[in-house]
Amino acid sequence: MNTLHQATIHELHDRLKKREITSREITESVFERIDQVEEKVRAFVTQTRETAIKQSIAADQRIQRGEISLLTGIPIAIKDLLCTKGIRTTCSSKILDNFIPPYDATVIKKLKEEDAVLIGKTNLDEFAMGSSTENSCFGVTRNPWDLGRVPGGSSGGSAACVSADECIAALGSDTGGSIRQPAAFCGIVGLKPTYGAVSRYGLVAFASSLDQIGPMTKDVEDCALLFNIISGYDPSDSTSIPLDRTDYRKSLVADVRGITIGIPREYFVEGIDPQVENSVQANIRLLEKLGAVCKEVSLPHTEYAVSVYYLIAPAEASSNLARYDGVKYGYRCKDSENLREMYRITRKQGFGAEVKRRIMLGTYALSAGYYDAYYKKASQVRTLIGKDFEEAFKECHVLITPTTPTPAFQIGEKVNDPLGMYLSDIFTIPVNLAGLPGISLPGGFNKDGLPIGIQIIGKHFEEERLLQVAYTLEKNTDHHQKKPNLL
Amino acid sequence: MEKISEKEVERIEKLAGLSFSEADKKAFIPQLNSILTYIDKLNQLDTSDIQPTNHAVSINNVFRKDLLTDSLDRKLSLKNSPDQDSQYFRVPRIIE
Repeated sequence: MNTLHQATIHELHDRLKKREITSREITESVFERIDQVEEKVRAFVTQTRETAIKQSIAADQRIQRGEISLLTGIPIAIKDLLCTKGIRTTCSSKILDNFIPPYDATVIKKLKEEDAVLIGKTNLDEFAMGSSTENSCFGVTRNPWDLGRVPGGSSGGSAACVSADECIAALGSDTGGSIRQPAAFCGIVGLKPTYGAVSRYGLVAFASSLDQIGPMTKDVEDCALLFNIISGYDPSDSTSIPLDRTDYRKSLVADVRGITIGIPREYFVEGIDPQVENSVQANIRLLEKLGAVCKEVSLPHTEYAVSVYYLIAPAEASSNLARYDGVKYGYRCKDSENLREMYRITRKQGFGAEVKRRIMLGTYALSAGYYDAYYKKASQVRTLIGKDFEEAFKECHVLITPTTPTPAFQIGEKVNDPLGMYLSDIFTIPVNLAGLPGISLPGGFNKDGLPIGIQIIGKHFEEERLLQVAYTLEKNTDHHQKKPNLL
Repeated sequence: MEKISEKEVERIEKLAGLSFSEADKKAFIPQLNSILTYIDKLNQLDTSDIQPTNHAVSINNVFRKDLLTDSLDRKLSLKNSPDQDSQYFRVPRIIE
């Protein structure tokens, strides 16, 4: 068995370009790896082996003609929340388990234009609602570093699949931490771009003012490269923002001299695992040694972020998920007397418990008599959280924090405690509320060998700066090179 | 204090087009109450003069040209529906 599946996009691209290897060899290596470890990890909902092999042959032909772009021939896995034309897209929900989209999401179209190889759709918490990938109607995905633990969520399938080398890179989506938290738990790199940087067209909507699609990769260089491809204005998403095209690889400079890094004191409080804190502190000291200026800053409304999020996200979700009514697509219950009953029974049978909980919460927060007390109040506090970041960024270029308060938790540990589960996203949620870019990268390991994630947060549309700081850390450490032992 | 009673759950059920089993209701009521009690934290803040944020990156009035473009093919649009009749989605009885 060759080891091509272990490589990064940029390593494979260089070798493809020199014609030392073929896309078909890479793709076959990835599927051999899947055959070897997928039974343990369970990262995929759907594998598209046949079309992947065909795509790899087409990519090889293109390379033969001397036409190669950055992703040509590279096997990529896709979170099953992104519409793929002709390929089942389930959102890990019973209500969509037979849905075959008639169109591609914009990001998928962009991958196809590059001749990337799409190897399959990865597991998630139903409709991206969750932090552990346990809320999936297709079963639990496992953390490759410890199969008794969760991979995080909701993009847990994508994170586990990158970490286990079952793909070269993956796409995820992030509403309150769903790229960064699983990236941290699985020891990989995950970027939540600025709101509006990547088109959401074809991303099944959860909370539209918070959702963003982003790359999940084996290193920072791949992250920049994949972000290059998927970002950009799209007339099909009226919230995507027209910006000048930049090559994010230009920010891959291992140098932090002249950069001021803020350390928000509210992120180092009671409840944070001491090993996580030590690891973040070690990374801060390293950045200082490399010439960055680190200073403490304050984000005083941090403690309110989870409350704000669990009003705004469910409110938007309750509206977005009204479309699942058993009429136009998806599951419909059998034997209903009339239309109204058909809606209710379809939704009762089609949605899982967490989705129902959030629809309830959102409907309640928007309902007559409660709107001002809950939804409006939350939207006002959201303003305060955004202003905190604005103030902090007057004193620094980027912020550094832990991605999560603890490393990956045990499967089953938080399933009956929704509030406890919500609090595991305490450090990632404020970033979505403020629409900022945030990246998680490997920052070390705890004594049990579980990965610890470092989060870097930047100003709107300053992904370059994030990537630069992340790249500098990566070039001066070797955490990203460690692999879980699955055999 | 209990914020969500069984009666309240039934009201929301109706609004949301959902339906719960008795066991679901038993589990949801305390869970929703503990979440709402946690959320009460927000009342510590005076927000009377604060504008709400609906979108963190603000953009206004996105216009496009009113051009004729192809729409999704009808057959393709109907393909995923659980029940259809040539060119329509078919649903159970609406009028009693």
